[in-house]
Amino acid sequence: MDERYIRNLGALTEEECLRLRGKKVFVAGCGGLGGHLTEMLLRLGVGAIVVADGDVFEASNLNRQLLSEPALLGVSKAEAAARRAERVNSDVAFTAIKVFLDENNVGGAIRGCDAVMDALDSIPARKLLAEACGRAGIPLIHGAICGWVAQAGISMPGDGLMETLYPAGASVSDKSSLAMTPALCAAMQTALCIRLLTGRPVETGTLYYFDLLNMEFEQLFSPVL
Amino acid sequence: MIEVRVFATLRQGREKITLLPAGGFPTAADVLRQLGIPAEAVSILLINGFHSKPENPVKDGDILALFPPVGGG
Repeated sequence: MDERYIRNLGALTEEECLRLRGKKVFVAGCGGLGGHLTEMLLRLGVGAIVVADGDVFEASNLNRQLLSEPALLGVSKAEAAARRAERVNSDVAFTAIKVFLDENNVGGAIRGCDAVMDALDSIPARKLLAEACGRAGIPLIHGAICGWVAQAGISMPGDGLMETLYPAGASVSDKSSLAMTPALCAAMQTALCIRLLTGRPVETGTLYYFDLLNMEFEQLFSPVL
Repeated sequence: MIEVRVFATLRQGREKITLLPAGGFPTAADVLRQLGIPAEAVSILLINGFHSKPENPVKDGDILALFPPVGGG
């Protein structure tokens, strides 16, 4: 085994590490969640990663987005992810798409992936991604943050988790986010993803909800299960 | 009594747990109104652990849990 993955062993078996090398993961969004997700998936040794984001960095991203730097203001987030991938683990087949996902491109973007990471920041875009994953039969690993709060969970095609989380008319008024919140959320998403891709048992249709201000953890279950 | 537990940003300006007298609040929507929480500010409404809607009835001994939508990335 490549020495760079030696410390994976014990927590993962060698067979599981090899299995990850054969997997392809899509990361939708390269902002707060997407930056951390990309970093972790690269270091864990997932074989192929595709990221998509049509946005560029702005100063308000600097408080939390791992890929952002003052020198990169105005630079494509997807391009920054690709540069990071080259520096961190050039053995990973990394593809960066500089587009916002829409109904015309999302199906092609996620095609052939074993899992899709939801690192988006709008409810309509999340629902669009979930619908595309449902059509393609690809598990979606949801994550979202607000202030001190992070939530994550695996949505299997057709389970309706996204409709439960974002009922018609639901809106998010609080746009705040602190540096530790996306890091925690991305860690939860990545752990769920690795468990899924290695064939370990996972609880689908379940939402894990962390409140870092009050240090509370809740586990909620989807009504469709 | 009806026990109402609020989470995350819904706790701003409110206690974690509010106890309301049974009888005066026929539905979850009445409970939300009493706490000054607009329906669109709640994405997950649990009554005794089960996903519910504002129009669902509440009764003595029920525990409501309210979670706001979380959508940032």
